[in-house]
Amino acid sequence: MKLIKFLLAGTLFGIVMAKSEAMSWYRIQEMFRFQAFHMYGIIGTAVTLGVIGVFLIKKYQLRDFSGNPILFYPKDKSTVRYLAGGTIFGLGWALSGACPGPMVVNIGYGYLSLLIVFLFAVLGTFLYGLVQNKLPH
Amino acid sequence: MTLIEFIQQPWPWWLSGMIIASVMFILLYFGQSFGFSSNLRTICSMAGAGKVSRFFDFNWRSQTWNLVFLLGAILGGFISKEFLSSGAPVMISDSTIRDLGAMGFAPPQGMQPEELFSMSSIFSVKGFLVLAIGGLMVGFGSRYAGGCTSGHAISGISNLQIPSIIAVVGFFLGGLLMTHVLFPLIF
Repeated sequence: MKLIKFLLAGTLFGIVMAKSEAMSWYRIQEMFRFQAFHMYGIIGTAVTLGVIGVFLIKKYQLRDFSGNPILFYPKDKSTVRYLAGGTIFGLGWALSGACPGPMVVNIGYGYLSLLIVFLFAVLGTFLYGLVQNKLPH
Repeated sequence: MTLIEFIQQPWPWWLSGMIIASVMFILLYFGQSFGFSSNLRTICSMAGAGKVSRFFDFNWRSQTWNLVFLLGAILGGFISKEFLSSGAPVMISDSTIRDLGAMGFAPPQGMQPEELFSMSSIFSVKGFLVLAIGGLMVGFGSRYAGGCTSGHAISGISNLQIPSIIAVVGFFLGGLLMTHVLFPLIF
């Protein structure tokens, strides 16, 4: 029962990915061609509210539901891994039109061919784990 | 317009953005953080990948909440299709329809292009490779970059983290390269 809240949060996420059409390959193409404001509006609104909310959480040292302080752990400082990893990610995002979340939303929506994309994304993560030590970070 | 008619239309960007931010804050309130691609690593670990790489050698049960979130996302897709959808095709801009048309894509009939995701496409060599290589790069790149759209573009930039801003620059470099340079060679 402790997990049901995460099921509900995930369901809300899935619904908004579908209803905003962010799960659509067409919308990702439109975004990378700068031909509509839609995706920029979605991400811009989420990030604007996110920045304000995270600022307030830190300023008022807000706590989570079990009373623990809400903490943010900064990522390791680096440029290579974020730029190189991000670029590889972006190549795949534009090609398949789906980042990891929308992949599974598509599967629920009935686009079962996204199962192939998702399974290969798992495989890609596995390959990263194999070669991690040989890559510049 | 009735409420159900409003819900069945595509949702406006501002409402969608507000709900995505809410999802992030709901997870923070429940003591977790919003980052979807971690699930890919967790699935590798569950499948026993910890035996071949220390990267996957961790207690994956601590990530059960995120796998449940993933199941919810599948359910959300199903609910949207069955109960919240008008069935109208995605309303992309005329210029996108024209650009995609020049590469052989018909105007949208639904949420996704038949040219890439139909059964006849995925059983062709090229169709399969497009999906497989796309997925492979998303999975590899998200872990190399330490996060995907949710972890970096939403959570990370909300926290004004420099690494996340660099990662998002990378997302766009890759996306623009694929769309404007590689697409004309592939399609």
